Amino acid sequence: MTAVATEHTGLIEWHGMTAAVTGLGVVAPGGIGARAWWDATLRGELAIAPVTRFDASGYPARLAGEVTDFVDEDHVPAKLLPQTDRVTRLSLAAGAEALHDAGLDPHGLPDYAMGVVTANAMGGFEFGQRELQALWSKGRRHVGAYQSFAWFYAANSGQLSIQHGLRGPSGVVVSEQAGGLDAVAQARRRLRGGVRAVLTGGFDSALCPWGWTAQLAAGGMSERADAHRAYLPFDADASGHVAGEGGALLVLEDADAARARGAAVLGTVEGCAATFDPAPGTGAPRLLAAARLALADARIEPADVDVVFADAAGDRDADRAEAAALAELFGPYGVAVTAPKSLTGRLGSGGSALDLAAALCALRDQVVPPTAGAVRVADDCPLDLVTGAPRPARLRHALVLARGRGGFNAATVVRAAH
Amino acid sequence: MERLELTELAVLLREAAGGDEGTVLDENTLDVSFLDLGYDSLALLQVTGVVERDHDVMLDEEALADAQTPRQYLDLVNGALAARAAA
Repeated sequence: MTAVATEHTGLIEWHGMTAAVTGLGVVAPGGIGARAWWDATLRGELAIAPVTRFDASGYPARLAGEVTDFVDEDHVPAKLLPQTDRVTRLSLAAGAEALHDAGLDPHGLPDYAMGVVTANAMGGFEFGQRELQALWSKGRRHVGAYQSFAWFYAANSGQLSIQHGLRGPSGVVVSEQAGGLDAVAQARRRLRGGVRAVLTGGFDSALCPWGWTAQLAAGGMSERADAHRAYLPFDADASGHVAGEGGALLVLEDADAARARGAAVLGTVEGCAATFDPAPGTGAPRLLAAARLALADARIEPADVDVVFADAAGDRDADRAEAAALAELFGPYGVAVTAPKSLTGRLGSGGSALDLAAALCALRDQVVPPTAGAVRVADDCPLDLVTGAPRPARLRHALVLARGRGGFNAATVVRAAH
Repeated sequence: MERLELTELAVLLREAAGGDEGTVLDENTLDVSFLDLGYDSLALLQVTGVVERDHDVMLDEEALADAQTPRQYLDLVNGALAARAAA
């Protein structure tokens, strides 16, 4: 393995190692398990509905993308139930699925050969709320010991590590919606450092009064009651986004090692990049720069990209900015663009991880999953947006974009396995 | 005199460890280490918080670290409760 720093891009270029995705686990609005979720996605099923996890009738936003019919006991060892927030339970379910899908038993690998890098931006809100309620209504001695870690962003990586014996280099990335992509970039770095495999991706869930209040305070949430009209990215009638829960985890491993053990490769991660926006009012956002850097990292040209999974904020200014960036890079209407998150809502760190999962499934099946059917592209967004129904297409590379609240931009290029 | 009974400790441990994972505590397992019974240090920390709260007693941290079996743990708690009653 060699590293070459080029003056031209400032990037460190690596040769000799390709990061392959060999396993996929999904827990998302619309489906538990990658197959169920992907089928629902291709059908264009809207998974946005009135909040049921708590009484949201007194809040200005009352719609969410919830993971329904998730039975904790079916996915989480009983021992972990008293010490895990919902987001960690969703992560554990996806982690088990991803490892099973990859046909990889970490206990069969040498110690420290496999790590876990996940993204999470909101922590364990529901667990924390319960403990805060105990603190203020009953007193400090009613706060359990598990609160010390169950609320924490790193709880998902930690519990996955313990559950599956993933003792190699591990970590957690906190960059809101960009996190799912940033985690995969970090996982790829770990592979380049010699780690055999990494479980990676992102999850968020904060559908409880305290989490909802925090998300409302952050702003941008649609206050519409009609599930079909609440989150309309790139539409002239856009009114903000709907928040959701869930995400995806991938098994990332050295492609040569994966093939050597006979694993099926879903796709390869060819380019990763992250940029940070300047302070508001002091310069242009840098999403376009992230996309360019990811293409450079993948050593491909814009013409090699066949589909873009957009960040799709659902905010008019942010949508125009993203559409302008895509038009500059690919030309107006120059590439197929989709936003399946219009079906699930924005899932925080889980959102970009789920988009990456969708991109990999799209490359595998040679089909672009649709944006919600209600979306009509605004005239000021010159995009070839795939809406309503899936579009069969020859797909070699997909570009996934994400913007995290606070100025994070991330871009990832994935390539079809064949 | 107020005491922590084995049956109460058994219930607290099972709650802290999620119900069906740890071995049931009874007279035969009094001298088996908590780890061998399937209860880790976190579960014990959780239980100690509840015991201290419900019995309104503070337990010595170093002594807790040394209490590795149900018998040792019960002796520690009941010793503290007896000392408090005598004071």
